[in-house]
Amino acid sequence: MNVVIAAKKTTLTAGAKRRLLKNNLAGYAFIAPWLFGLLAFTSIPMLYSLYLSFTKYDALGAPVWTGVQNYVTMFQDATFWQSVGVTFKYVFILVPLRLATALGVAMILATKHRGIGLYRTVYYIPSLLGGSVAIAIIWAQLFGSQGAINGMLSQLLGRTVNFNWVGERSSALYSLILLGCWHFGSSMLIFISGLKQIPQNYYEAALIDGASAPQRFFRITLPMLSPVIFFNLVMGIITAFKSFSESLIITDGGPLNSTMLFALYIYKQGFSYFKMGYACAMSWVLLMIIAVFSIFIFGSSTGWVHYEE
Amino acid sequence: MKNGQKTGRMTWKKGLRSFRFHFFAILFGIIMIYPLVWMVASSLKPNDEVFTTVTSLIPSRFVWQNYVEGWQSTGRYTYATYFSNSLFIAVLSTIGGVASSSLVAYGFARIPFKGRKVFFTILMGTMLLPVQVLMIPQYVIFQKLRWINTYLPIIVPQFCGVPFFIFLNMQFMRGVPRELDEAAEIDGCGWLRTYTNILLPLSKPSLITSSIFAFYWSWQEFLGPLIYLNKPKKYTVSIALKMFADPSVQTNWSGLFAMTTLSIIPVVAVFMFFQKYLVEGVATTGLKA
Repeated sequence: MNVVIAAKKTTLTAGAKRRLLKNNLAGYAFIAPWLFGLLAFTSIPMLYSLYLSFTKYDALGAPVWTGVQNYVTMFQDATFWQSVGVTFKYVFILVPLRLATALGVAMILATKHRGIGLYRTVYYIPSLLGGSVAIAIIWAQLFGSQGAINGMLSQLLGRTVNFNWVGERSSALYSLILLGCWHFGSSMLIFISGLKQIPQNYYEAALIDGASAPQRFFRITLPMLSPVIFFNLVMGIITAFKSFSESLIITDGGPLNSTMLFALYIYKQGFSYFKMGYACAMSWVLLMIIAVFSIFIFGSSTGWVHYEE
Repeated sequence: MKNGQKTGRMTWKKGLRSFRFHFFAILFGIIMIYPLVWMVASSLKPNDEVFTTVTSLIPSRFVWQNYVEGWQSTGRYTYATYFSNSLFIAVLSTIGGVASSSLVAYGFARIPFKGRKVFFTILMGTMLLPVQVLMIPQYVIFQKLRWINTYLPIIVPQFCGVPFFIFLNMQFMRGVPRELDEAAEIDGCGWLRTYTNILLPLSKPSLITSSIFAFYWSWQEFLGPLIYLNKPKKYTVSIALKMFADPSVQTNWSGLFAMTTLSIIPVVAVFMFFQKYLVEGVATTGLKA
């Protein structure tokens, strides 16, 4: 009796084992393209970049090991510190501003009116074209000294305004922030679908209890939307830290490095000055900054992000 | 009587509120699309009027010739070269990115293999990775492979799957009832046939959404072409526009604006055709265009 059971058990395990093996093989076969890419285009380059960050390398000769020299140079490089400062300013003004705009517009569009679909489309279109070179070129001309913005201001004020918004130290970064804000559309769409998922009876109950509009917003809307806000915040911060093509095309980091975003500075060190070891070292600092912020936001999320049970 | 008055006042009030809503919504809409309208208007103005009548959105006369002159461009090649280069990259990147991402998504969504969780975490982690960390070592590697001034560095990585599209397709496949897989298995289908016969045709919506985004991203891609392509013959539209937009060189502004207008037409056209898929895709996964 016992023997029979034991025999049956082993055959079962053998069958299960074969099935398990088959699953493993099939699984890895399906994810093989990605695994290959992970190895060839991500992991190996990352390790290589880490190595290069400890060398002097100009893309022509062989890398020369210099230890932590690049990291020391960085700490003494005034432009590095300036670009970090510019980037923080850019990220911490742009991301909250864009999120607030997206949420505000989404709340207005979540009301019942005719033609909402059309408005939603029109507000979303800039997001589609967000990162395009075409828009960056237009932006530089709109906000240039002869641009349409000055043209309108001149008509409004009755005197000639020829302030170069993208070429003056005091305003150049804000013109880039405004461009970033202009594509709030994708966050808006996410907020609209989030708002639609909030059960209407929460608001009805709050109204019966006599809750004011701000109370309803802070006690119902914000907590219910917090997972969506969380997602938008994480993605917004990461993309803002990485952004560089707008500043490259519109201001080229100037005037006086006032729009030298960190990502642009890395690009310039690597591909304009061919200080590739130095650029790699800085890219690792960028990665660390993004990692610290991601950990901070994820860590704090348990305190303010509410998930429905 | 009293009741009628009350409803009358109510509809009046409602009408006022609706008027106020549309007034501000339209005003805001005008501000949002102003840069685009300005671009199209400037592309049709006589060149010397672009900055002299800068606020006017109606050209004194419509100069369609700007499009012809802009197309010729000042370089050795016309925009025919740049547009066909961009199209070539966009089509191959889209096909490669979407096909491989769908395969990988199926592996992650349906097959219980060892190490799946670990690799899925890595997959999500790579989405947070800044491209700046990879651009220099990748450049060095591609240089050693003699891939500079070819489209390979831009297209080949797409064939290894794009994390966003993998995630998007996974989310969609998770919504397909498992009973369908099981039925296929009983009919003797292996993993591959279950994928090609069941999951692949059923995930058409997420395939379309990923295709649209893949097309957008590769059409507007800037960093890759900027680093890897330095022969004008190989330029994409984005790079050509950037090169010709230098204020110290450019004199034919209306011609340049004609070309920026043409460069965004494919994006807007795809949006018009596939709006439904796009809006749903953004709303459900948070994909950014």
